[in-house]
Amino acid sequence: MSLPPFQSLLDEHAADVHRYVVAAMGAHDGADCFQETVVAALRAYPGLQTGENLRGWLFTIAHRKVIDRARQRSRHAVPVADAPEVVAPPPRDSSGDDELWGAVRELSPKQRSAVVQRFVLDRPYAEIAVTLGCSEPAARQNVRAGLQRLRKEVTP
Amino acid sequence: MSDSLDPVDALVLDGAVTDDDTVDPVLRQRLQEATMRAMTDDVGRLVARALASADEDGLVDVAWAVADTPIGPLTVAATPVGLVRVGFGDAEAVADELAAAVSPRVVRLPGRLDDVRRQLDEYFAGARRDFDVPIDRRLSHGYRLKVLEALSRVPYGVIVTYKDLAVATENPGAVRAVGTAMATNPIPIVVPCHRVVRSGGSLGNYGGGPETKAWLLRHEGAPLLT
Repeated sequence: MSLPPFQSLLDEHAADVHRYVVAAMGAHDGADCFQETVVAALRAYPGLQTGENLRGWLFTIAHRKVIDRARQRSRHAVPVADAPEVVAPPPRDSSGDDELWGAVRELSPKQRSAVVQRFVLDRPYAEIAVTLGCSEPAARQNVRAGLQRLRKEVTP
Repeated sequence: MSDSLDPVDALVLDGAVTDDDTVDPVLRQRLQEATMRAMTDDVGRLVARALASADEDGLVDVAWAVADTPIGPLTVAATPVGLVRVGFGDAEAVADELAAAVSPRVVRLPGRLDDVRRQLDEYFAGARRDFDVPIDRRLSHGYRLKVLEALSRVPYGVIVTYKDLAVATENPGAVRAVGTAMATNPIPIVVPCHRVVRSGGSLGNYGGGPETKAWLLRHEGAPLLT
């Protein structure tokens, strides 16, 4: 058993992994998650027992980085009590992206990851389940619950 | 009639979505488009940044880059020890070979090859006679290693024979083994197997092709018989 050069993983999957972390975390945090994913993957790579499903393996690492970063963000979030009394309404961009991303950020990290994998990357539930480390019905449930919340919060 | 097809049906039909219980085509499209707009960073640049950071952590076992030369593109690869491979073949074949022989941590990281690529440029411009880069000879073993070490001492523009190298390595009968060492030289050009010809004066084989061998020897001003 020999693993392909790490570069070939990057050539084949880097663009999709980037799309996933940007959708889950936004451009800025997504860029950091992407870098952490590449470094962590390169660190662990020689220890892999098999070269099968390297794409799934990369997404699993990216998912962990997204979860870590999302938890960090929620820990660092300003508590509501400290918020200034007068809050200016967020500027509405013409695309509605801000509202959409605002709603996505409100999802639990797992729901967020599941929704992004399903709807931005078109990944099948079986693969999402592997990435999330849960059963296929649980992956479905995460997508469904995430979607329901998004539908409520996003202006059609 | 496809214009009037229900969007959900269209998604199911084109195979993009197999589960209609959770399909929300409008939301799906908005998410996809918003993601496209949010992807302001060039992924190639992000990869380069990540690999530079990984390199600082000592995670890059083999770095490669392509050098453009008058004899065609050369794939050059280095370990932390030094230059380990110069390949005439395409970069992917070289990377595959190094992943199996050295480590799967093989990535394109041109910065690590800047020095050797600059020296190759100078060599091909006629402004350099000797390469001054650390060499990693881990791909060669035994007698072949000994022959290639002796070969590294053959100066610019000088031609020797397979027999000369066999004698120089105190194994005068090993002409064929010398030939094999040349044929399997992992670091051509820098370890100058193009300077080794047959005793009769004919060029002999070369990994980059006989024309390339002739080109290199003419470039170095070597006295060619043929």
